[in-house]
Amino acid sequence: MPIEFLIFLTVFSPAFVGGLNLIFSKKPNVRDTVTLLGALITFYFSVNIFLGFDGQATQYKLATIMPGIDISFHIEPLGIIFSLLASGLWILTHIYAIGYMRGAKEKNHSRFFFFFSVSIASVMGISFSGNLFTLFLFYEILTLITFPLVSHKGSTEALRGARVYLSILLGTSIGLQLLGIIWVYFSVDTLDFVKGGILKGSFGSFELILLVGLFAFGIGKAALFPFHRWLPAAMVAPTPVSALLHAVAVVKAGVFTVLKVGVYIFGVDSLSVSGATDWLTWLACFSILFASLIAMTKDNLKARLAYSTISQLAYVVLAFSLANSLGVLGGALQIVTHAFGKITLFMCAGSIYVATKKTNISDMRGLGKVMPITFLSFLIGAISIIGLPPMGGSWAKWFLLLSSLEADKQFVVLVLLISSLLNIAYLLPLVAKGFYLNPINQTEIKSFTEPSALVWLPPAITAGISFLLFFYVGYIRDFMINFGLVS
Amino acid sequence: MASEIKQGTLELVNHLPILQVITPMLIAPILVVLNNKTLSWLLSFLGALACLFISILLIQAVSDGSILTYYLGGWVPPIGIEYRIDAANAILLFLISIISTIVLIFSYSSLHAEIPEEKHTLFYSCFLLCLTGLLGVVATADIFNVFVFLEISSLSTYVLVAQGAYLDRRALSASFNYLIMGTIGATFFVIGIGYIYMATGSLNMMDIAERVNQLSDNRTIQAGFAFIVVGMGLKLAMVPLHVWLPNAYTFAPTVVTCFLAATATKVALYVLIRFVFSVFNYEDSFVNELFFLLLMPLAVIAMIAASVIAIFKQNLKKLLAYSSLAQIGYMLLGLSLMNQKGLASSLVHMVNHGFTKAALFMSLGAFMLKTKNVYIKSLRGLGKSMPFTSAAFVIGGLSLIGVPGTAGFISKWLLLEAALETGYWLVAILIIASSLFAVIYIWKIIEVLYFSESSEAYNEVSVLTLMPIWILALFCIFLGINTSLTVDVANMATEILFK
Repeated sequence: MPIEFLIFLTVFSPAFVGGLNLIFSKKPNVRDTVTLLGALITFYFSVNIFLGFDGQATQYKLATIMPGIDISFHIEPLGIIFSLLASGLWILTHIYAIGYMRGAKEKNHSRFFFFFSVSIASVMGISFSGNLFTLFLFYEILTLITFPLVSHKGSTEALRGARVYLSILLGTSIGLQLLGIIWVYFSVDTLDFVKGGILKGSFGSFELILLVGLFAFGIGKAALFPFHRWLPAAMVAPTPVSALLHAVAVVKAGVFTVLKVGVYIFGVDSLSVSGATDWLTWLACFSILFASLIAMTKDNLKARLAYSTISQLAYVVLAFSLANSLGVLGGALQIVTHAFGKITLFMCAGSIYVATKKTNISDMRGLGKVMPITFLSFLIGAISIIGLPPMGGSWAKWFLLLSSLEADKQFVVLVLLISSLLNIAYLLPLVAKGFYLNPINQTEIKSFTEPSALVWLPPAITAGISFLLFFYVGYIRDFMINFGLVS
Repeated sequence: MASEIKQGTLELVNHLPILQVITPMLIAPILVVLNNKTLSWLLSFLGALACLFISILLIQAVSDGSILTYYLGGWVPPIGIEYRIDAANAILLFLISIISTIVLIFSYSSLHAEIPEEKHTLFYSCFLLCLTGLLGVVATADIFNVFVFLEISSLSTYVLVAQGAYLDRRALSASFNYLIMGTIGATFFVIGIGYIYMATGSLNMMDIAERVNQLSDNRTIQAGFAFIVVGMGLKLAMVPLHVWLPNAYTFAPTVVTCFLAATATKVALYVLIRFVFSVFNYEDSFVNELFFLLLMPLAVIAMIAASVIAIFKQNLKKLLAYSSLAQIGYMLLGLSLMNQKGLASSLVHMVNHGFTKAALFMSLGAFMLKTKNVYIKSLRGLGKSMPFTSAAFVIGGLSLIGVPGTAGFISKWLLLEAALETGYWLVAILIIASSLFAVIYIWKIIEVLYFSESSEAYNEVSVLTLMPIWILALFCIFLGINTSLTVDVANMATEILFK
């Protein structure tokens, strides 16, 4: 199959599946099976793109909006990694979502699965975007499509959260990112992603700093301080949404965009020469520590995970700001390993909620004894996030450390170490409480068991993959090096 | 650029300019004679359809940069009246014709709810006269003829707005208010024309343009120009001459609001553009200073202030009316940048906003057909009971905000590019701020539509009502993806205007 057709299929099939969700809305079993098949097919297409990729950065033009502004796609290593990640995790999340939505007795399943599928379609569009305009198009679609998911419960609280979500994401993207895009187009007359960047010295050093700012803040999905507030606000969504969208698809679309703009618009080398991202290194470091500190104060498990996500996303922004090959490698690995780690944590949180309706960490004493698989999965995910061996997350931190040394920014090393310690301090107490402390209410605890396998199995699988990534991370590295993304 | 002038043969294409204008004018009196409401609707619709057909032929004829002229009665200008079609007015003729056609489909079902049946014939007759006026203003190259057609359209508009009185008596005072303001505007305009005639002795645009060039720094000409700017400023609802607009839009019948919001103010802006570029010398320092020092600040104020006011409006028609004021600010801003990109963005936005605002007003009209209410609270939960109308409203809203993939994005992109090219960074930032305000007031409505429980259940409107709404909504998307109709023609138009 020609590769441009495959791209079209990966973008189109989730959207098509979304449509089927509406058609089969009266038959839940048919609907959920069809969606599962759709997820498998999408993943299959992504794998085929990965296998068929020959390193050629050809632009596949779909339509020309105005002279110079096209909807076009191209294939490059970062996009392949991101599409594999999102479509692969979609399969697991979908299985989980079936169990969760039924277990937690949420309403409006068809609407939920429709928007869920369409948001995956826009994520696929983001990963294969061939220019900034196409990326921006799918980025905005993703924002709008996920709004109904965040506000799914329809309660006042959910609406308020969703409003914060929408206003920050649309506000930053229209207010800052669009301005940056137009500025780039106005200055160099193209928006295509080209390796090594397209700016070619047409920006002065101060202008470059401004442009970096427009993108770093304008890509609100990367949740860089001070535009991070939407992420905790979006936690009102049902847990599968938080798991896939706010640990993988949406936030990763943000940091993916940051990396992509860094590599293909600015160009890593010219960024590091100009030093335009030095200030961003400081801000990212601040964001890492600040969000970790806030996370420690949160008793609500999902809120704590949300702040942990903000902190972990700033690692990728940090990677961009370090502006060297090792940084890009570390950033890409962080996207992958954090996705598996964080989705595990979120799914465990949802699993606890389905089984016990508990959301606060202080209430979860002793639960580990009745839900051992969930708590073990949580432990593995947490270790991967912290960055300890033998979990995949440790490699991302490793390359980031190397990268900061290469960029001659030793203080970053210190920040990364402190951050890991903070991660330990706010992620592991839950596991400790679950396994070692005695529950307050002995009789109540006996009535809890693991929820259905649909709910506890997916986090166990993702935890397993986090573990495997520790050993197989070399493949990702080789893949990126072979296709010249990093050297 | 091929700039041939075709004249004098009997081929149909040579008579299109006049057919465009007189088709609705000839049908209007026939309706009154027939006095049958169904037949009136049918004839008006067919007339508008004919206009649409003609305007498409015209756009094809001039899209290569050529110009079509028609001498009325065979009298050669500057003595006779000349109709002159180039890319700039062809696109406006197309906009007016297509909007009137779509609006007339909608009126078949909506008019019953708003106007007593015995008045329908007269309503359609007035509507066609209004259409004639707007088309005439755009097609003619004779400045006094512009005034005549402007008055034809204005007078019939006053009548059309007043028809809202059957639902809400305040339509009468809105119409009266509009009448006073509109007449003041027309008076200013005709005084301006008088001054120009005094100084140049001619009424034909091309002829005046030649003579004006020889009379540089002539005070009479400058005074005439100032009068025309103020007169047109009133007609196009330039802040602070806009006070007639919100009430007129709010209390007029939905059909009229759709039609006016999509076309009337744009036509006035077109007249301003035509005068600046084809009558006066746009390079003249007086013209430039007037635009830079006066119109640009006013446009920016409109863009920001009207958007902020719209956020606080509970009456949805009024909300959209204020949003229109802000959008007119965008168009005026594009023009006042005085460069090719700016003018192109202004022309493109006229078309894009025409479709967008018509889609919004029309879906609002469909809601009103069911809820009999224009307040935001009445839309509670309609997303579920009226899914198709709501979806169309969302598309229109997204286009108004300027989300990529919709028509509104294209015009905003062009305008931003033009502002950057001129080096007005602050203006670019304010444009973006204004679209963020649009996010707020549109989202306020979308939230009520989809995320609040409805107290009453309504049925979806009929297919005949949905069809025009969806044609407009699809145009909002189509024009955001395929810009050959808008951007290419606008670029051609600016080349002609800037020659």
